[in-house]
Amino acid sequence: MAKRIEVKDLDIYYDKFLAVQGVSMTIEPRSVTALIGPSGCGKSTFLRSLNRMHELVPHARVEGTVVMDDQDLYGPNVDPVGVRRQIGMVFQRPNPFPTMSIYDNVAAGLRLNNARISKSDLDALVERSLRAANLWSEVKDRLNKPGSGLSGGQQQRLCIARAIAVQPDVLLMDEPCSALDPISTQAIEDLINELKTEYTIVIVTHNMQQAARVSDTTGFFNLQGVGQPGQLVEIDDTTKIFSTPSNQATEDYISGRFG
Amino acid sequence: MPTSTPERDIDLESPIGGIPLVHQTLPRWAPHATLATAVLAGLALVGAGIGIGLAAVLVVLLYGVAIYSWSRPIEGARKAKDRVVTTAVMATFLLALLPLVSVIVTVISRGAARFDIEFFTHSMQGVVGAGGGAYHAIIGTLIITGLAALISVPIGMLTAIYLVEYGRGKLARAITFFVDVMTGIPSIVAGLFAFALFALFFGPGVRLGIMGAIALSVLMIPVVVRSTEEMLKLVPNELREAAYALAVPKWRMIIKVVLPTALAGIATGVTLAIARIIGETAPLLITLGITTGTNFNPFDGRMATLPVFSYYEYVNPGIPPEPSLERAWTAALVLIIIVMVLNLAARLISRLFAPKTRS
Repeated sequence: MAKRIEVKDLDIYYDKFLAVQGVSMTIEPRSVTALIGPSGCGKSTFLRSLNRMHELVPHARVEGTVVMDDQDLYGPNVDPVGVRRQIGMVFQRPNPFPTMSIYDNVAAGLRLNNARISKSDLDALVERSLRAANLWSEVKDRLNKPGSGLSGGQQQRLCIARAIAVQPDVLLMDEPCSALDPISTQAIEDLINELKTEYTIVIVTHNMQQAARVSDTTGFFNLQGVGQPGQLVEIDDTTKIFSTPSNQATEDYISGRFG
Repeated sequence: MPTSTPERDIDLESPIGGIPLVHQTLPRWAPHATLATAVLAGLALVGAGIGIGLAAVLVVLLYGVAIYSWSRPIEGARKAKDRVVTTAVMATFLLALLPLVSVIVTVISRGAARFDIEFFTHSMQGVVGAGGGAYHAIIGTLIITGLAALISVPIGMLTAIYLVEYGRGKLARAITFFVDVMTGIPSIVAGLFAFALFALFFGPGVRLGIMGAIALSVLMIPVVVRSTEEMLKLVPNELREAAYALAVPKWRMIIKVVLPTALAGIATGVTLAIARIIGETAPLLITLGITTGTNFNPFDGRMATLPVFSYYEYVNPGIPPEPSLERAWTAALVLIIIVMVLNLAARLISRLFAPKTRS
C-alpha cells in the first residue's frame, strides 16, 4: 500500500511571498526520505504541501504538481480531505486530543470520520496500531486513561499510532523527535525503521545524525539569502550525501561549516 | 573563615558586593500591634463624636503613617514602602467588599421573615395584606430565563464559532464590532426593542412572556459570543491540525475536537451569562408587566418574575405596607440564592468537563 510521490516544479507561496521554489523530487515507496537544511529554508512548508496541510494557512497556495498514483494531488476536483486520508502526518510537538482517552485517541481517525466498525474490529485495530508504534506494552493496562497523562515520548508514539490507525499510504513526520529525549528518540527511530517496510515515510529533521541513521534518501534544502525562497539543493542516497555530496553547500552544511 | 566562636566571627551584617544580605526586621507582631493601636485611637475618636466612616478612614491613614515611620529606620525604604502598599491594597479590598457584605446582610436579615414554605408554594392570587408568595414569580423567572438562554446560546455559540473558525475580513470585523456595541446596550433599550418589535405585530400594549425572553436574549447574546470566542481561541491550533491530518472534515473537527476541548469554559461562560441576566428588571417591567396568578404559558399574557415582583411589592405596598415589603425582600433573597447556585453550578461544570490529564 506504500505509494510513490513525484513532485515537479513545486512553488509554495504564503500570499505573495514565495517561500519554496522549484522543488522536483521523487519519493520512493517503502523507503525513508529525510529532509535536512537550516531553519526557515522551507522543509516543513514543503512537507505540509505534500498532504495539502499548507493551504490551511490563510492565503497560502501552491503551484506545480504533486503526483501520487498517477493523480495530481493539486488537480481540479481533488478533495484535500481525501488526500489527507492517504497521507498521514506526525507533528513536531506531540498533540494527543486532551478530551480523549488513549484508546479514543488511536480510534480518533475512524471515530471522527464516523466509520462504521464493530467494537471487536476497533479493539483489534487499536491494539495493532499501538503495537506497531511500540506502545502497546506500556499502555495496555490503562487504555481508558487520558492520553495527555503519558510522557512526551509516549505521547509522540501515541500520535504515530493515531496516524497509522487510519492506514495511510504515506506518513509525513515534521521533526518528530525534536521535543524528545535521546531514549524516546531512539524508540521513535527504531519505529521508523520498522514502519518503512509498509509505509512511505518522509521525515524533516534538524538532526543530521538522525537523517544518516534512519533515511535511505536525503534531500538538502537551503536559502540563497535572506528573503530569498528556499530551494532543494540536492537529493540523493543518504550514504552519498553524507560521504561525497556533489554540491559544495551541502558539504559545508553537513560538515558543520555553517547552519 | 574561622568557625571557632560562631556568634561573633561570622559577620552576617557585612555587605557582599555592597549589598547587605541580612536586614533587621520588625517583630512579627508589629503590624497587629500598630493596627490595634490605630483601632483604639479610632474608637476614641468615635467616642469623641466623629462619624464611623470618617473614623475608619483616619484609622487606615494612621496605621499607614505609623507602620511606615516605624519600619523606615529599621527595615529600610523598600520594606517600608512594601508595608504601606500592603496597607493600601488591604484597605481597598475591604472597601470593595463592603457593599457586597452590606447587601447580603441586609437582604438576609429582612428577607428571612417570609422565607417560608408558603412563599414558595403560593402565588399572589386573591391575596390582600399578609400571606401569599412568589411561586408565580419564581416560575416566571425560570421560564423567561430558560427561554432567553434557549434563544441566546445557539445564536451566541454559532456566532463565536463563525468568528473563530471561519470568519475572515470585513464581515468578521463588522460582527465583532457590533457584538461589542451590543454589550453596551442599556437593558431598558433592549426592553423597548422587544416592546416595539411585538407592537408591530400585535399592536401596542401587548404583554407576553416571550417578549421578555427576547429582550433578555438581546442582552445575553453578546456575553455568550464573547465568552465562547475567548474559550475557542484557547484551543491549541495543533489539535485542529492533528484532526485535519487524520482527514477529518472541518465541520466535524469543530464538533468533535474543538467544542469538547473548550466545553468546560463555554459552559461556565453560559452559566455566568444566565446569572447576569436573571436579575434584569427594567426590560421585564416593560415587556411582561406583573400579574398575581401563575402563568405557565410564555405566549399568552402577562407573567410575573422575581425582580419585577420585588419592585412592585416595594413601590405599591398595601395598607399596612409591612407584608408587601417583607415579600419584596424575600424575593430579592431568593434571586440572590438562585444566582449563587448558578455560580456554584458553573464551577462544578468546569470541573466536570475540563480535559483531564491524570486518572
